[in-house]
Amino acid sequence: MDAQVETATRELSYAQAIQEAMAIAMERDERVFLMGEDIGVYGGAFQVTGDLVERFGPERVMDTPISELGGAGVAVGAAVTGMRPIFEFQFSDFATLAMEQIVNQAAKMRYMLGGAVSVPVVMRFPAGSGTGAAAQHSQSLEAWLGHVPGLKVIQPSTPHDVKGMLLAAIEDPDPVMIYEHKLLYKMKGEVPEGYYTVPIGKAAVRREGADLTIVATSIMVHKSLDAAKQLAEEGIDVEVIDLRSIRPMDRQTIIDSVCKTSRLMCVYEGVKTLGVGAEISAMIAESEAFDYLDAPVVRLGGAETPIPYNPELEKATVPQVDGIVKAARDLVTGAR
Amino acid sequence: MSATAKKSASKTDGANQPFIYRQFDQEKLRDALRKMYLIRQFEEGAEESYMRGLIHGTMHLSIGQEASAVGICLGLSDEDQITSTHRGHGHCIAKGADVSRMFAEFFGKTTGYCRGRGGSMHIADVSTGNLGANGIVGGGLPIAVGAALTAKKMKTGNVVVCFFGDGANNEGAFHEALNMAAIWKLPVVFVCENNGYGMSTSVARATAVPNIADRAAAYAMPGVIVNGNVVSDVAEAMHEATERARNGEGPTLIECKTYRYRGHSKSDRNRYRTKEEIEEWMTERDPIEAFEAELVEFGVIDAAGIEAIREGVRKEIEAGIEFAKESPMPEVANLEKYVYTEQA
Ligand SMILES: Cc1ncc(C[n+]2csc(CCOP(=O)(O)OP(=O)(O)O)c2C)c(N)n1
Ligand SMILES: [Mg+2]
Repeated sequence: MDAQVETATRELSYAQAIQEAMAIAMERDERVFLMGEDIGVYGGAFQVTGDLVERFGPERVMDTPISELGGAGVAVGAAVTGMRPIFEFQFSDFATLAMEQIVNQAAKMRYMLGGAVSVPVVMRFPAGSGTGAAAQHSQSLEAWLGHVPGLKVIQPSTPHDVKGMLLAAIEDPDPVMIYEHKLLYKMKGEVPEGYYTVPIGKAAVRREGADLTIVATSIMVHKSLDAAKQLAEEGIDVEVIDLRSIRPMDRQTIIDSVCKTSRLMCVYEGVKTLGVGAEISAMIAESEAFDYLDAPVVRLGGAETPIPYNPELEKATVPQVDGIVKAARDLVTGAR
Repeated sequence: MSATAKKSASKTDGANQPFIYRQFDQEKLRDALRKMYLIRQFEEGAEESYMRGLIHGTMHLSIGQEASAVGICLGLSDEDQITSTHRGHGHCIAKGADVSRMFAEFFGKTTGYCRGRGGSMHIADVSTGNLGANGIVGGGLPIAVGAALTAKKMKTGNVVVCFFGDGANNEGAFHEALNMAAIWKLPVVFVCENNGYGMSTSVARATAVPNIADRAAAYAMPGVIVNGNVVSDVAEAMHEATERARNGEGPTLIECKTYRYRGHSKSDRNRYRTKEEIEEWMTERDPIEAFEAELVEFGVIDAAGIEAIREGVRKEIEAGIEFAKESPMPEVANLEKYVYTEQA
């Protein structure tokens, strides 16, 4: 366990774990406050803030107008001057309206000012497909932000991690962007009570194996674990790494694993081309693990298309368990 | 400066009838009523299909806002264009779309207007001048200005209507779009459907001025407030704005005060407004009831005529849902079709 102080655990959903982290942070530190659209009485589009407005009042659980650029920028300004805002995008897609403040301001302010300030802002991005919400409400654009030095970009995959990583993000002096897959919100898992942190920038080995390394992000961790279970029945022993953080990226954990298994597959929901998998593959090609590879690296990512509305098409757009099983089998048996 | 709400002229005064009775023939007025029913029953049909699991995803219903969609589109041709919003089913129907192909889209079928790729939030019928609903609040505002720029450059004489909600007026895109439309005197009409709330956030909590139309002053265009539940008032303001646009005098901002009966989308507990408020709008200010009563009063239609319209619409909706059910699903092999234009 990489958490620092842990007590008893109980089962919480991913959304509840986020809410608990925010409540703990607000209780510990009066500088922490929440901003976002409909996060007050409505409770947030995915009920993540829930009833927090009743506990902390509208001054600390602030509904903003529908103004993503301005709202994100106000959070940046408050962060630079001493507050600890947590800004919720209603859907990660709407962060495209706020790119200016995220990319040009939040990410670079400390650098441009020669280290005179820091920007301790946290932004939350409900992301991903699978809800039938079509092209403008289903994207996985984390790699965009992963490309920007100055930002930290994380994708916790479990209730335990999202609570601990969000608390770490709030403590972090630099801007941290949290990508939360919408289909994870209802997922349950054991979550420690009270305060603990999970470090940003460390991957987790979710399953050990000898034949193949799968590096997966967010919901793809669970799909990869399901696939690994099926593959085990065929005698294929898969190691599954939960990347957890795409910037900074835990290169060593991946390199070590590939040196052991000699095969690498990357599984992520964002569009395959120029995505997280491209970075992992290139990083391995540059590393000592390259000499250990027994087969070409395989990337399973999103199709080269916007997310369609039709449910069958939507499913076909992103990696599914069957596809992971087949690709892994082909890779290990040399069928490709 | 925003004009004050216009009052309907006295209903008994034949010489001074409300605008639409002077402007349009009776057939057109009966069709306006039919369209309002078509919107209402379409929304109810979509809602029911959703409850029964025939439609997935989410949707934003425009029940209660029919007068604004129909009143705005009444005098437009297929060549005039609109940009619509996430709450766009009514706009699409008012502009002339076929409800069968709309249902087919919601059912994710190839016969749908977007071939099953778009769904409710991206519903569009380009052939009748609808450039599309939008999943991004405020996303259509600059696009409408661009369409109006085309109309001006190509001297088509067309106008463009940009529908948006009260919530959208706090996006940067709104302010940038209005400014450009004004400096270039473009033939665009900005129609704000102010239903009191952007999701859970009331206009009073989100917007610094009391009326969205007040914003027009900052962009040197007329800002007109109308009762968005009165077809004639909406149509009259639209007529003036259209004349202005076609004469090269530039844009107008019309604010239709209206109300949505249903929750924001499929996951709304209505905690930000009272039951009484909803009831009051539904029982006292229903746009269809009001229009129907007016049409009867002016002798445009009688009870039997109304019944015939309702029955006709009911059959059209039923047939539309049947068509959607029976239409084929898209093939997964075509997943990457339509991303780029196919070239020979
Ligand atoms: C850029 C952006 N921000 C937020 C949303 C989420 N959202 C969808 S509709 C809506 C409320 C819009 O309110 P309004 O413009 O008044 O339209 P109404 O829903 O009342 O018709 C919100 C916040 C979005 N779709 N796009
Ligand atoms: Mg509104």
